[in-house]
Amino acid sequence: MSDENNVGEDNETVTGIEAPIYLKYNFTAGAAASRFLTRIKEGVLTGQRCPRCSQVYIPPRGSCAACGVPTEEEVELADKATVESFTIVSIPIPGNPIEPPFVVANLVPDGANISVIHLLSECDNAEVHIGQRVQAVWKPQEEWGYALDNIRYFKPLDEPDVPVERIGKLPVTGLEG
Amino acid sequence: MSTLAAVVGIGQTKYTTKREDVSIAGLVREAAARALQDADLGWDDIDAVIVGKAPDMFEGVVMPEIYLTDALGCNGKPMLRVHTAGSVGGSTALVAASHVQSGAFKRVLTVAFEKQSESNAMWALSNPQPFSTHLNAGAGGYFAPIIREYIRRSGAPYDTGIKVAVKDRLHGARNPLAHLQLPNINMQEVEESFMLWDPIRYLESCPSSDGACAMVIASEELADKAARPPAWIRGVAMRSEPTMYAGREEVNPQAGRDCAADVYKQAGITDPRKDLDVAEVYVPFSWYEPMWLENLGFAPEGEGWKLTMEGATSLIDGGDIPWNPSGGVLSSNPIGASGMIRFAEAARQVRGECGEHQVEGAKLALGHAYGGGAQFFAMWVVGAEKG
Repeated sequence: MSDENNVGEDNETVTGIEAPIYLKYNFTAGAAASRFLTRIKEGVLTGQRCPRCSQVYIPPRGSCAACGVPTEEEVELADKATVESFTIVSIPIPGNPIEPPFVVANLVPDGANISVIHLLSECDNAEVHIGQRVQAVWKPQEEWGYALDNIRYFKPLDEPDVPVERIGKLPVTGLEG
Repeated sequence: MSTLAAVVGIGQTKYTTKREDVSIAGLVREAAARALQDADLGWDDIDAVIVGKAPDMFEGVVMPEIYLTDALGCNGKPMLRVHTAGSVGGSTALVAASHVQSGAFKRVLTVAFEKQSESNAMWALSNPQPFSTHLNAGAGGYFAPIIREYIRRSGAPYDTGIKVAVKDRLHGARNPLAHLQLPNINMQEVEESFMLWDPIRYLESCPSSDGACAMVIASEELADKAARPPAWIRGVAMRSEPTMYAGREEVNPQAGRDCAADVYKQAGITDPRKDLDVAEVYVPFSWYEPMWLENLGFAPEGEGWKLTMEGATSLIDGGDIPWNPSGGVLSSNPIGASGMIRFAEAARQVRGECGEHQVEGAKLALGHAYGGGAQFFAMWVVGAEKG
């Protein structure tokens, strides 16, 4: 095989030409995600409940992937959440200005049964733990768009931890409900 | 009605950080030519070609299969690309196998590759999406919270992952094709390595490699006349599940359990730890060894770490069920090829051709791959005997 790879003595081997790709695309959100994005532009988190298993999805995709049925009932959720799990990231995210180390957590908003990934801040990274209670810190209203990024990050709440078996099972009213 | 098929040729490149001497086409051709040479066959003996690689963004070459047609001798033959994220190397081998098992073709060449040095997989996996926050910190950032949950549930000792990281690199040091060659690695060195995505340390993560792997799969009739011992395909299975649904078991995914049950049933395996001699399993982050030991039924739920800590999965410690004697994904990771390397190394074990990393007398081996958000699974069982 080596004879296939020979490069003539007079030729330089070209080992890298930079060829950037620029990707810009239009996202068609569809009915369920449009409703979610419209509401989050108003500062409200919403999910959708599965008519069969009663689980509440955020962000809603218009169907329950577990049951394979459409979801239509809209549910307004709290902006309080529970830490389901997390990681402390010590390397930068390409294209994101945030400085490591930072905490990325899987958070279940009260009233939902599935986690979303978001940043945890205003906290001691070493103190973050599964079951911890947190609340959204929103950007100023004038910066709100069709994005979950309207929430700048979540910060710890001074509330008792949620027992592991109840994570992802709290009502909108949280621990008290 | 499916018929028997076997691996009759295997070719791999030496895995490395950067192959500057070849293009992508040169890389895949090198692996394919070695597989043909191993099978004592020529390009004209191949009826169809099945290729696989990870997402196009990993190299920035969109639809590379278009320009690989000639490099892989596909002129006038059927060619097909398979795409199932990180498990693609495994599912590509299975699609190739099914082309033969179905009776549609007699001999199929299958090739999987990645030339990660040409772009940046971390970047490719970190693009903003409109419906979530832009915090996709690569594969490590995604899997770290799942590993944390496994540690919480199982109560596994903190150094289980460190032990896997050392074990697979010591295995890799016995495999001349492995990318990382770290014969002197130790627990302290891994423990002191940089914490990338807590609890995943630098040395508990896979490297980023250039490389390709190829196999020739033939019908029973042709495999009986093969130049070297065939690895008979005794079971094949794929399963998938959605990335996200409420109540999804992310630590021990249902699709993985179902896939294993299916492939074991076909191969007549009732106790995988006892019945199999060796397993090549997709472990890109060290903690996935104990997690998959449980998912694949080698240990009861919550006890996979015990096998790791006892040395049961170590070839060097004389364990009863060596996992990843080739060094695994932790030693070589050309992502699109990584699954096929597992499948090919399983076949090499039952052919008895592994040299320093051979599991003595191996007759039955598992090849495994997973991909996406641990949602695509591909597995095969290969044997030295037809069954």
